[in-house]
Amino acid sequence: MNNHARQPGLAEPVESFRLGNGLDVVVVSDRRAPVVTHMVWYRNGSADDPAGKSGIAHFLEHLMFKGTQRWPAGEFSKIVAGFGGQENAFTSYDYTAYFQRVPKEHLRAMMDYEADRMTGLSFDESVVGPERDVVLEERRMRVDSDPAAQLGEEFSASLFFHHPYGTPIIGWEHEIERLNRDDAFAYYQRFYTPENAILVVAGDTDAAEVRSLAEDTYGRIAARGAAPVRERPIEPDPRASRRVQLNDPRVQQPSLRRGWLTPTYTSGTAEEVFALELVAEILGGGTTSRLYRRLCAEDELAAGASAYFMGSMVDRAAFQLSVSPRPGVAMATLESGLDAALAAFLADGPSELELARARTRLVAETVFARDNQASLARIFGSALAVGETVADVLAWPQRIEAVPREAVVEAARRYLRPDRSVTGLLLPA
Amino acid sequence: MNAPLPTPKLNTAGPAIDVQTVRSPGGVEAWLVEEHSLPLIAVDFAFDGGCSRDPADAAGSAYLISGLLDEGAGDLDAEAFQGRMADHAIGLGFDARRDDFHGYLQTLSTHRDTAFDLLGLALNQPRFDADAVARVKAQVVAGLQRQAKNPETLCRNALYASAFPGHAYGRPEKGDIDSVSRLEAPALRSLTPALLDRAGLKIVVVGDITADELAGRLDALFGALPAGAPRQRPAAPLPIQGLGETHVIDLDVPQTVLRFAGPGLMWDDPDFIPASVLNHILGGSAFTSRLFMEVREKRGLAYGVSSSLLPLRESAMLVGGTATRNDRAAESMKVIREEMAKLASDGPTEHEVEEAKRYIIGSYPLRFDTSPKIAGELLSLALRGDTPDFLASRNQRFAAVTLADVRRAAARLFGQPDLLVEAVGRPVGLA
Repeated sequence: MNNHARQPGLAEPVESFRLGNGLDVVVVSDRRAPVVTHMVWYRNGSADDPAGKSGIAHFLEHLMFKGTQRWPAGEFSKIVAGFGGQENAFTSYDYTAYFQRVPKEHLRAMMDYEADRMTGLSFDESVVGPERDVVLEERRMRVDSDPAAQLGEEFSASLFFHHPYGTPIIGWEHEIERLNRDDAFAYYQRFYTPENAILVVAGDTDAAEVRSLAEDTYGRIAARGAAPVRERPIEPDPRASRRVQLNDPRVQQPSLRRGWLTPTYTSGTAEEVFALELVAEILGGGTTSRLYRRLCAEDELAAGASAYFMGSMVDRAAFQLSVSPRPGVAMATLESGLDAALAAFLADGPSELELARARTRLVAETVFARDNQASLARIFGSALAVGETVADVLAWPQRIEAVPREAVVEAARRYLRPDRSVTGLLLPA
Repeated sequence: MNAPLPTPKLNTAGPAIDVQTVRSPGGVEAWLVEEHSLPLIAVDFAFDGGCSRDPADAAGSAYLISGLLDEGAGDLDAEAFQGRMADHAIGLGFDARRDDFHGYLQTLSTHRDTAFDLLGLALNQPRFDADAVARVKAQVVAGLQRQAKNPETLCRNALYASAFPGHAYGRPEKGDIDSVSRLEAPALRSLTPALLDRAGLKIVVVGDITADELAGRLDALFGALPAGAPRQRPAAPLPIQGLGETHVIDLDVPQTVLRFAGPGLMWDDPDFIPASVLNHILGGSAFTSRLFMEVREKRGLAYGVSSSLLPLRESAMLVGGTATRNDRAAESMKVIREEMAKLASDGPTEHEVEEAKRYIIGSYPLRFDTSPKIAGELLSLALRGDTPDFLASRNQRFAAVTLADVRRAAARLFGQPDLLVEAVGRPVGLA
């Protein structure tokens, strides 16, 4: 199988193919600088953590830097640094990804190493304890030092009260403390397989070169037979509005967020998801957005107002609004203002100008993204990791352009209902 | 065991980027990198001065002005101005930094007429309408309140306040809640011409535009701004105060944020390049630095630990930091001090120096793979007084660094062991 796809403005086609052992490959050529971005994505994330073992996907991501049978701990980081390369990794709900950005002549060495650690991780007991401490410090830094992050955890847990999207990616502290070598090894055996991985290479290379290098490195890994299956509970449809509130003496600037569950691009009702992208841009995209104009500029209630939506998830997506009051404005007043602005939008829908502006901005973002090989690698990798295709990514601007106004109104009315919402309040003690 | 990969030959060629110097009929100069393969234009520019020009009793002025220039200009009020930006997907904004006032423009080349018009209006005819000033001020105050108990922000502000008491560098760039609350439109309006004067202005353009076209557009953007008077750099860096002291800000959090500062070197110091190699070995960005190995890998004390050279216009620091459990903060700081002392007394190894040079040289192309990155990199080069020739010679300068050079830099930077340390949290046994 070999797929060529061309997007207007991309100098070279985006090519994708599959190796004999099931590894998917995407190549995005950008010849302007002698640099490549090499990424391997695994189709498992924190939402695949076994019950009671929250944080194992992220912990394993850390352990992946602790050496293989071929390369002792730290050796490969020295090699990457010796090339002047950058390396890192990240864990999300649906995927875990590893990357290096290096001068192009070192692509083969990166593939050689990344292929090696797909199956050859050494799991030396002596590194497990200190690395678990590093993860606990990471959690203290990101969550325990920040009341907004603590509310975020409670908010997600309320939005997803059954599905593991409600569990923090990094894990709950008391479960991280008990993660051990055996847990990590079992998890690695289950998910780190060629059938479960996607190789994305972007930059100064082409499909022929990547194919040849990939066959000689990743291609040598034995197939396991089938990709692992994600086993996740299904979130029930929400029937009640919920509120969570966190009071903390460290909070000097209150804020409010509101979220709703929505479908995803792969859920079979993709048109609604394209429409929700537009809703998010219209309501909260920058200073011309509906909420900013109404709450920050006209009513002078809010200091900031924004919207967030990510439809590229496996099971469910979340649509979120967030507002913070101008100094001196009571939260109840701001919340009433938000309720009214939202009710007006649901009743009347967007103006033609708002809709046209949102389409222009979303489509332009995809043009700006073409300037950045690392962004392109992330866009294609994350899309494939949640079950979308290269063609889906390339068609995204046209699909956004094609969403009719009625679809925007309908999607907003169906999903952004008060009786399905979760409200999170961050308040002073 | 695996045979080691062959060590590749060090390629010291600079990035293959053709920088043209474009001069307008009115004498405005810009650097241009033409790149016509994508329909995008990126403009990056900076005026000399920035937050350091804030009056002592009006900290945060430049930062507030940076948020107001695109909130209404000429005949366009804020809504109309921002609407025109949104309708054409134009990115335009300003940022006040310690030593310069930075601006950028990003546009699809098809919308460049509108984009350059808006930039010209923002620079030359900002309105400072009362409602926009009140709104943006509220945003800045809300932002300051949000950061008021943030350990990282508290620690950073405390470090600058202790290092530079009585100097503009000692004041927070965004001001504080009191100072910002007092700022009003008339004062902001009268401060703006001096912030945006052409003495020391640097402009870089990358993308889908020709030299002729750019030359024809520069005067409308920058030509009418005041000429200003060039400011001299001080001959010697302003000394850092508080060395040898450790200050703790009490905050009820389970983790202590630590930041430290010691003397650094100015850009034009002959040892700056060897010092960059030294810093890479101590706490640079690769997963191989001594601090990373000792603090994170061996002891699991922290998620992140790093150091960097921070050359300012009037001073220079070596700064670093980490965040670690309260009961192990003292241990973390001890480990950091020991690594610095070891580098001062024993120096790095020959191997460490070679590896650091390989990293610094090999990673240079990664800074030039997108238009905004190219523009930003060239702008920082221009701001410190270098010319585009630097691109070609930079890697050779690093390649020429010897172990003796790095030892000399280590003796200068770490020979006098006193550090200024700021901690936020409930550290045990630190001070």
